[in-house]
Amino acid sequence: MFLATVAQQAEPNSFPLQLLIIFLAAALTDNILLTRFLGMCSFLAISRHMKTSIGLGIAVIFVTTFTAGINFLIYKYVLVPLGIEYLQLIIFIVVIAAFVQLVEMIIERFSQPLYFALGIFLPLITVNCAILGVSLFMLNKQGYGFWQSVTFGAGSGVGWLLAIVLMAGIREKVKEDKVPPGLRGSGITLIITGIIALAFIGFSGMIKF
Amino acid sequence: MGFKNSVGGKAFIQNLWSDNPVFRQILGICSTLAVTNLLKNTVLMCAGLIFATALSSWTVSLLRKHIPKQVRMMVQVLIIAAYVIIVDISIRAWFPDVHKLIGPYVGLIITNCIIMGRCEAFASQNTPGASFLDGLGAGIGYSLVLVFIAVVRESMGFGTLFGIALPARELWWHQWTIMVMPPGAFFMLALVAWFGNAVILKKEEGGK
Repeated sequence: MFLATVAQQAEPNSFPLQLLIIFLAAALTDNILLTRFLGMCSFLAISRHMKTSIGLGIAVIFVTTFTAGINFLIYKYVLVPLGIEYLQLIIFIVVIAAFVQLVEMIIERFSQPLYFALGIFLPLITVNCAILGVSLFMLNKQGYGFWQSVTFGAGSGVGWLLAIVLMAGIREKVKEDKVPPGLRGSGITLIITGIIALAFIGFSGMIKF
Repeated sequence: MGFKNSVGGKAFIQNLWSDNPVFRQILGICSTLAVTNLLKNTVLMCAGLIFATALSSWTVSLLRKHIPKQVRMMVQVLIIAAYVIIVDISIRAWFPDVHKLIGPYVGLIITNCIIMGRCEAFASQNTPGASFLDGLGAGIGYSLVLVFIAVVRESMGFGTLFGIALPARELWWHQWTIMVMPPGAFFMLALVAWFGNAVILKKEEGGK
């Protein structure tokens, strides 16, 4: 929360600096997965394999960046003038669904193996909370313009990729370890996620002036 | 035929315990886990979720013969979104102070995998009454786990429940800041998953 205020306090004439702060804050200190728990379902399911993790992570970055921009424009120039902000949920989810369809077609066209590896999880990006979450949190941040929103979307996506790649790397090692049977799978993954989240709390001191 | 043996009643009971979505697969925790550091917020979120799950299942089931197969996901999402908007507006009207804190998370109920999962797996093939009970069971089963997590987190982190101080808390209570921070939620959920898996494993061994 305090990062948002820091970003606003930064001199308005240093626009790139402000964007950089928003980006780093979204990726590291306010990591969408580790501090807001969004995108957990696909995180737990996909992080078993490094390659698919990277693929899905990149798809998420792509989708969050663009949907944040599109949704911001729709919200500001269509919903607010018409006074129908309460429809934001439906509009946002439709925009996201359409966009995911597009990403799916692109991946299918250019990388068949990746397409098969991601399998049923790609359509699930539509119901990946992280994507809708980015659009909703973006509206909560006071004073965000178009570029700030896009940067926030990109930063959140990168944060998600970072978290899932870290997790995939650790899980490949954990596979060979002796874990109590009940903890195998999601249990141990959650504990490791908790430890990663602890580490990411350390970042919160970094972006302070 | 008693309640326990009807299709809906059976689904209701299974969703509460043996098929509990959180125990079995850690599904659908995204939106609600974030608000489990305060019990009041959790209870409100869970109430909204139960409402949305039960009624979306019911609606999807009512319309199941009229929805073309190709677009059913989209239709389901729109039905869910309509109910979530009702929840969102209600919380905004009746609990404005809570809405300030959990606002975006309420909207995120739409993307909760459980609602979608129940619509797809059960409601699209069963009668409206049974689907309603199935959704209700899934919502309540899920809420029980999250309320438990919230009770532990709030009592350890703040020494309160529903914002009211626990009795004689100066004597025994020591603040666990970690519990109200995000990692606390991960650790709690891991314990729940451990417990759930252990129960399932034991049952499987017993069955052999």
